[in-house]
Amino acid sequence: MSAAKEKMIEKRVEVLLEVGCEEIPAGMLPKAEEELRANLQKLLAAENLSDGVTVETFSAPRRLVASLRGLREKQADVVNEVTGPPKTVAYDAVGEPTRAALSFAEKQGLPLKDIYIVKTPKGEYLAAKQTKRGRTAEQILQEILPRAIHDLSWPRSMTWTGIDGARFIRPIRWLVAIVNGKPLKFSFAGVTAGDITLGHRFLGKGPLRVKNFADYEKKLAANGVMVRPANRQEGISKELAAHAKRSGYRIHEDAELLKLVAYLNECPSVLEGNFDPAYLALPDEILITVMRGHQKYFAVEKRGGEVAPHFLAVINLPKDPKGLVRAGHERVLRARLADAQFFWESDQKCRLADYLPKLERVTYESRLGSYRDKVERVRAIARWLTEQWFNSGILHAHVAEADRAAELSKCDLATEMVREFTELQGIVGGLYARAQGEPDDVADAIYDHYRPVGLDDPIPRNLTGCAVALADKLDSVVGCFAVGLVPTGSSDPYALRRAALGIVKIILERKLPVSLSLSIGAAAKALLTNPPKKGVTPAQETQVVEFLLDRAKFVLREREKFGYDEVNAVFRVGADDLVDAHKRLVALKAIRKSKNFEPLAVSFKRIRNILEKSNLKKEESQAIQPDLFESPAERELFSAVRSAAARVQTEKRAGKYQEALEVIAGLRKAVDEFFEQVMVMAENEAVRKNRLALLSEILREFTTIADFSELGGEERR
Amino acid sequence: MTAKVKLEKKPAGLTFQDLILKFSHYWVKQGCILQQPYDVEVGAGTMHPETFLRVLGPQPYRVAYVQPSRRPADGRYGENPNRLYKHTQFQVILKPSPADVQDVYLQSLAAIGIVLKEHDIRFEEDNWESPTLGAWGIGWQVLLDGLEITQFTYFQQSGGIDLDPISVELTYGLERICAFLQDVESVYDLRWSADKKYGDIRLAEEQQFSEYSFNRSDAKAIREEFELHEKQAKELVGGFAATKGKDRERYPILPAYDHCLKCSHLFNLMDARGVISTTERAALMARVRTVACQAAAAYLEQIGGPALRREVRG
Repeated sequence: MSAAKEKMIEKRVEVLLEVGCEEIPAGMLPKAEEELRANLQKLLAAENLSDGVTVETFSAPRRLVASLRGLREKQADVVNEVTGPPKTVAYDAVGEPTRAALSFAEKQGLPLKDIYIVKTPKGEYLAAKQTKRGRTAEQILQEILPRAIHDLSWPRSMTWTGIDGARFIRPIRWLVAIVNGKPLKFSFAGVTAGDITLGHRFLGKGPLRVKNFADYEKKLAANGVMVRPANRQEGISKELAAHAKRSGYRIHEDAELLKLVAYLNECPSVLEGNFDPAYLALPDEILITVMRGHQKYFAVEKRGGEVAPHFLAVINLPKDPKGLVRAGHERVLRARLADAQFFWESDQKCRLADYLPKLERVTYESRLGSYRDKVERVRAIARWLTEQWFNSGILHAHVAEADRAAELSKCDLATEMVREFTELQGIVGGLYARAQGEPDDVADAIYDHYRPVGLDDPIPRNLTGCAVALADKLDSVVGCFAVGLVPTGSSDPYALRRAALGIVKIILERKLPVSLSLSIGAAAKALLTNPPKKGVTPAQETQVVEFLLDRAKFVLREREKFGYDEVNAVFRVGADDLVDAHKRLVALKAIRKSKNFEPLAVSFKRIRNILEKSNLKKEESQAIQPDLFESPAERELFSAVRSAAARVQTEKRAGKYQEALEVIAGLRKAVDEFFEQVMVMAENEAVRKNRLALLSEILREFTTIADFSELGGEERR
Repeated sequence: MTAKVKLEKKPAGLTFQDLILKFSHYWVKQGCILQQPYDVEVGAGTMHPETFLRVLGPQPYRVAYVQPSRRPADGRYGENPNRLYKHTQFQVILKPSPADVQDVYLQSLAAIGIVLKEHDIRFEEDNWESPTLGAWGIGWQVLLDGLEITQFTYFQQSGGIDLDPISVELTYGLERICAFLQDVESVYDLRWSADKKYGDIRLAEEQQFSEYSFNRSDAKAIREEFELHEKQAKELVGGFAATKGKDRERYPILPAYDHCLKCSHLFNLMDARGVISTTERAALMARVRTVACQAAAAYLEQIGGPALRREVRG
């Protein structure tokens, strides 16, 4: 019997859930899949049913699917002990049960013989065992399946019946819920679950009755739906590769597009189409954007990288026997390319600079004025930056070209091309500038000035572009902070974090001599002297510096893989010049590996602690008086410090930070001996103060490259 | 001679007017009232009171109509093959939205001769919003072999009021669909009837209204008109609250809404003329929205709004 019982407990259940919907936006499906899985796991865990369960989720535009395997058939029983009245009350002097004992037994639904006595710290009490029967998986699933659907979060949900109706991303039209081959009864959003699903909208052969996930997957495959997104994506990749191989061209790589089309189609196949080679006269950037942006086509490239007059569209059909779909797509693309051609020509009926007045009608931010206003500020900042660079010896820093590029940088926002293809801002301006004979440097600067748009995006390719990009971003950050638009949490509508990241990346990668505080000052001045003539308070300027430093720390940690403590150590002694801070970081990272360094860092921490505890006020710290030294270790340290200080200064001035750090590391022996032999907090006040002065000097002299006391500390964010 | 006649291919696809007839016929069979285009300038079929106001309140309603829609800034002097100052929408409202609404819609495509199985037809996310009407909805653009042919929206709000029940709005772009059916590249080459082309009927209008709205409209006069219409709309809507008893029934809310539509069109004219600065732009749109929302609220009250809703729900 016990073996049979065992077997029953071990029996596992398989569950299929499908939420049948009108087309869910493809971009939301990956997250919904993930969330559905997490919800199911969480709800099962709350019922003690998640042990040994595998939950897989899939999706396609018309369905969200979950397959659960290895679910126990029922929850384990839970035995609880219930205590009742004290024994002294429950039994009388002769040991007969009283009214209290009888009513406890009655309340527990047990005969008196099943009631027993327990010993507790408070004395002896009556007790009874109550077994809570585990519920069946079926009962639990009836509750948690609708819950798991309900708990999915969507960016913007809707109702399709009315105010009191269910909310979801799109209307739910059917539900499949099957537990071990049997339909599970529940309803959600007015729809009753069953065992009937639907295939592809046009290829499916009516309602399909399904038994379990394997059966479901097979029947859907026969009715035009590949349930697994991974399979769809793989199929598309293979077809794309086959097309490329056959034609001898290359596919313009686009991982994001590949994923999107895998989620947009239930039955994807790749269709090849052509367009009139005459359109190849348009720049490749525009051709690719036209194909990708609206039409979601893959562009095709020749060996040299230039666009070929073909495209690959992913359609939601297995084939196109009459070529009707292909003809349709070619027609649509033709019209779009004709539009682009029209914009290309009509935009250039006037020169780029002629669009400047039109920028007055394009708002940047209501309190910061129009893009026309922004342009003037960006010009001022770009001029200031290039002047600085020129004066510091970068002789190809060209003020006039930076000014010209800044002046034209936003003109394309008023062109029809950018109004139609907003993602081409900057690029279109650069292309028009080049076509209209602006110097290459200026055209490229306009083209690149929105860059970098992320951690891995390249910075502008020339110095002029860097100047305009920095100026534009500095103006955005300083301006927005000045009117109180400081990013909080996930809210950053003016993409200031991205702008700040861009500033940091450009300075670091191009190794530009830029003082953060001075350039913020320059941006503040531009905001004050140009419309909207707004002042920036010193507190706001400091806030911007902090904001940029915070991004810089992020870049150095995430991209350059420096440690938290290393970045903090260097930034603690200043990072206004990021390139210099970076050099110090490199030196610090290198020296850390040497055997003397970490122990020395520990000593520095000790020194800082001693000084903090001693409450020695600045004005109290006196000049070191060698004649007050009592032990040789003190004298040793003093002379080591003085000679090291001079050498550190020299190396530092030459920018040789690693060499300087090596000199500092050389102090370890003297420092160690000092701490072994000398008691800093001596009784004699003069002696004590003299020792503290020596330690102060060490800290002052040797923490100008990095504050070593930060090293090895806890990771602080 | 006869050989040459044989070579003349019989032109394929429905004419523009047949397309309208087919859609009208199909939707009348689905229980729609066949309405007429609104006789005040509108930028979209949604602005027709048969959509904007009818979706409010609980009464079931089904309506279909053609709506020529004016968008002055989109005018191209009749020179662009795809862009028009005035394009033609076919608009359908189904209130409440039936559960099989997507299938009913797809059958309308079959009704104009599209063999559904032979084409790549898809519903791609595209939510719709009209900031000047305080209206928005969730839905898709329907793509036919990559061509956007219909805006399909579950209306959620109109005039700033949550809708209950929910209506489905279908807006077909007739020129695009017709160009697809006839396989022509330029809208002006569409056959409107057996012997007249779209250009024969509409080209002059496109040329003149483009010239007018970009170069010759009197911006100052238009601005004054805007103010006047806004004033009347506000006065009318404002007077409703104080009106009692039987006078409420015939109180002119619908004319107030007409003034609001005028404001919207005049705004579009100013915009096309390039006389609106960006800050002003947002402010003007907000002004139109304010009166539109007030008109919607008054309309709902007038038709018995909350009271009627309780009654219908039982």
